[in-house]
Amino acid sequence: MASRAVSVSAALVVAGMVLVPVTAVLWRGGGFGGLGPADWAALRFTLWQAALSALLSVVLAIPVARALARRAFPGRSALIALMGAPFILPVIVAILGLLSVFGGKGVINQLIVPLGLTRLDIYGYHGVILAHVFFNLPLAVRLLLQGWLSIPAERFRLAATLNAPVWQVLEWPMLRRLCPGAFVVIFVICLGSFAVALTLGGGPRATTVELAIYQAFRFDFDLGKAATLAMMQLLLGLAAGLVALRLAPRDGFGAGLDRQVARWDGISRSAKVADTVWITLAAGFLLLPLASVAWAGVPGLFTLPPEVWLAAGRSVLLALGATALTLTLALPLLSRAGEAAALLGVSVSGLVLGTGFFLLLQPFVRPASVALVVTMLVNALMALPFVLRILRPGLDGAKADFARLSASLGLSGWALWRIVYLPRLRRPLGFAAGLTAALSMGDLGVITLFADGDTATLPLQIYRLMGSYQMESARGAALLLLALSLGAFWLFDKGGRVNADT
Amino acid sequence: MKALPFVAGLMLASAAAAETPVLTVYAPDYFASEWGPGPGIEAAFEERCGCDLEYKTGELLPRLLLEGANTEADVAIGFNSDITKKARESGLFAPHGLDTSALTLPIEWNDDTFVPFNYSHTAFIYDNTKITDAPTSFDALLNAPDDLRLVLQDPRSSISGLALVLWVQQVYGEKSEEAWAKLAPKIVTVTKGWSESYGMFTDGEADMVLSYTTSPAYHIIAEEDLTKSAAIFDEGHYFMVESAAKLKNSEQSDLADQFMAFILSEEFQTMIPTSNWSFPAALADDKWPEGFKALPVPEKVLFYSEDEAAAVRNEAIEAWRRALSQ
Repeated sequence: MASRAVSVSAALVVAGMVLVPVTAVLWRGGGFGGLGPADWAALRFTLWQAALSALLSVVLAIPVARALARRAFPGRSALIALMGAPFILPVIVAILGLLSVFGGKGVINQLIVPLGLTRLDIYGYHGVILAHVFFNLPLAVRLLLQGWLSIPAERFRLAATLNAPVWQVLEWPMLRRLCPGAFVVIFVICLGSFAVALTLGGGPRATTVELAIYQAFRFDFDLGKAATLAMMQLLLGLAAGLVALRLAPRDGFGAGLDRQVARWDGISRSAKVADTVWITLAAGFLLLPLASVAWAGVPGLFTLPPEVWLAAGRSVLLALGATALTLTLALPLLSRAGEAAALLGVSVSGLVLGTGFFLLLQPFVRPASVALVVTMLVNALMALPFVLRILRPGLDGAKADFARLSASLGLSGWALWRIVYLPRLRRPLGFAAGLTAALSMGDLGVITLFADGDTATLPLQIYRLMGSYQMESARGAALLLLALSLGAFWLFDKGGRVNADT
Repeated sequence: MKALPFVAGLMLASAAAAETPVLTVYAPDYFASEWGPGPGIEAAFEERCGCDLEYKTGELLPRLLLEGANTEADVAIGFNSDITKKARESGLFAPHGLDTSALTLPIEWNDDTFVPFNYSHTAFIYDNTKITDAPTSFDALLNAPDDLRLVLQDPRSSISGLALVLWVQQVYGEKSEEAWAKLAPKIVTVTKGWSESYGMFTDGEADMVLSYTTSPAYHIIAEEDLTKSAAIFDEGHYFMVESAAKLKNSEQSDLADQFMAFILSEEFQTMIPTSNWSFPAALADDKWPEGFKALPVPEKVLFYSEDEAAAVRNEAIEAWRRALSQ
C-alpha cells in the first residue's frame, strides 16, 4: 500500500492540490506582487511568534504528557478528551473564552486585584504566545502521550530490573524522535494566525502575513500580492518541515507484547507532587476558558433557532465526510515525502486556497453547488499533516518491528495491513479520526467565496448571529459546536482505544 | 425502482421552476442571514414580481471581480461607500435610472449607479450606567483618562475600522498621527472585525466600543435594554452608507430594474431599521420606529467621496499604524 511509487505519486497529488490553486491565483493576479516594508515586518513577526509558540507548546507538553502517561486518576480519559477542544473552537469564541479568564475583567484579575497585586494585562506579544499555547499545547500533549504509550511495557520492566534511568534510556530517545515533528505542525498552524494574534497582540504590532493577505484580497483586490504572500507561507512551512523531519532520528524500541504498561519509576514523593502540579496547571489553563464558553452558552442553547440546528446537522455530515476523505488520503501518504507535501496544505492561507479552487472550478460549475465538497476537501487538506504526524511514528515502529517477520510469513499487500499494521495503528487512527472530525466541524475554511444561503455550516451561523447582535444565541450555538466537536472526537478516539488498557 | 417516480417528480418540479424567472442577488453574509433584512425583503419582493429571488452570499466585491462578466448576479446589494470606487471601476454595473429625490440621507447623493438603502454613523458605544460623563467631543475622548478602555476594529480588515481612520483624518487632518498617539494608551486592542469587538464590549472587557450611532436601537427595541448609548461628538461623525447596483450583463434586466426601484419603496425602507439596525435611506423620520426616533443623531456629518477616500486612505491607515505600533 505504501510502496515507493504509490507514496511518491500520492505526495505529488496532494502537493498539486495546493500548488495548482495558489498558482491559479498568482496567474489571475498577473504575477508576483511587490511587498512593502510593512509586509516584511509582518513576515518577521509571523515567523518569530510561530517559532516561539511552537517551542513553548512542545516544551510544556513534555512534563504534562509524562505526568498523564504515568499517573492513573479518575477522570483521566475525560481530561484527555477535553484537551482536544481548544484546538477546534472557532477563533472568535476561543478569544472571548480566553479573555473571560485572562482579560482585564477576567477571572484571574478578579482574584488578584483585590489582593493588591498588579492587574494582569494580557494584550501584547505575551498574549499572542499564551493564546497559541492554549490552542496547541493539547495537541502537543496528545502527540507526546502517544509516544509514551508506544514504549513497550517490557522496556519499562527491563529498566526497572536493571535499575536504569528511565528518562535517559527510554523517554529522552522517544522525545527526540517525536518533538521535532510536533514542533513543525504547531509552527505551521501558527504561521496562519490572524484574528487571535491581532486581538491578543493588542493591535497593529501583531500584524501577521495572513492579515496582509486578507487586506490585499478584500480591500485592494491585489491577487498577485495575496498569492505572493501565500507562496512565502508555503516556503516557510516546507522549510520548517524538511528541517524537522531531518532532525528526528528514526530508531525505535523494538517490539513488545502490547501489554499494559506498569511503571516502577516516578513513585517518589517529589515525582508525584510534580506530576500533580503539572496536570492541575494544564487542566486549569485549558479548561477554565472552555468552561466559560460552555457557561456563557447555556442561556442561549435552549432557544436556538431551527436554522442553527440545520447548520449543525450539515456540519456533522461535513465532518464525517472530511474524516473519511482524510484517512483515505493519509494511508498512501505515510512516508517522509507524503508528510512534507501535506505540510503545504496547512501552511497556505485558506483564503488564497479557496480563491484558487474558485478560479479553477468557476468555468465548469456553479461554485455554490460544490461549496460543501470544496469545504470538505480543504478541511481534509488542512487536517492531513496532523493525521500523518499522529500515524507515522506508529507505522514506522510497526514496520521496524514486524516487517521482517511478516515478510518471512509471506504477508503482503492488504493482508499485511489488515493483520499487522491496522490493529497496531488502531489507537493513533482513532485519535486522528477524532481530531479530523472535530477540526472539520470547527473550520470555516473557504466557505466565504462559495457559500449561498443554503449551505451555511455551524461556525458560519455563529458568525452570522454575532454579526446581527444576537450574542446570546451565538454563545448557545458555540456551546453546541463545542459539544458536537468533543462528541465526535471522543467517539472516534474511544473507538481507537477499545480493548486497550490505557 | 422507487427512485424512478421520485426522479420524474423532481424533473417536473424543476420544469415548473424553470418557468418562474430567478433574480439572483449577491449580498453580504449578514444581509441574507436569517437574522438580517434579507428574508423579509425576499418575501415582499416575490409577492409583487412573480419571480424567485435568490441570494448568493459571501465576500461581495471580490466574488464579483473574480467572476467578471460571467457573474450570475443580476443585482448586488451591500456595497459600502468606501469600496464603491473599486466596484465602479470594474465596469460591471449599469446606471440605475431612478429618481432619487426621495432619499432622506443627511448628505447630498447624486450617484447614477449605486442606490443607497441604509446609513448610519461611526460612534463609540458605552454603558450609561457605568460611564455617566461620556466624552462629548473627539478632543474630550483623546484627553480622557488613560484607564478608559476602548476596543476598535482594524482598518485593514474591517469596514468600520476603515471608517474610523477616515473619521480621525477628517477631524484632525495632518495631526491625525498625534491624535492616534493620544488615543493609543486607551486602546485595549484592535480586532479583525466588528463582532469580536462588540462581543468584548458586551462581556465587559472594554468600556467603549467602536460601532454605529444606531447600535443602541437594537438593545432598546429587541432587548428592552436602555443602558447602551452612543457618545455624540461635537466635531461630527463619519457617515457610512450601504448601496446596491444592477449588473450590466444581467439576464433579468427588467426584474433587476424592478428590484432597484423596490429598494426606494416605503415597504422596503420600513423593514430596514429593525432588521438591519440602521437608518433607512429613503423614509421620513416620522415613519421610523419609536426606538429610532429617540436616538441622538449627530448634528454634523463628515464624509469623504469615494475619490477623496481613495486618495487619503493609505495615508490615514499609515498614521494609525505608526502611532499604534509604538
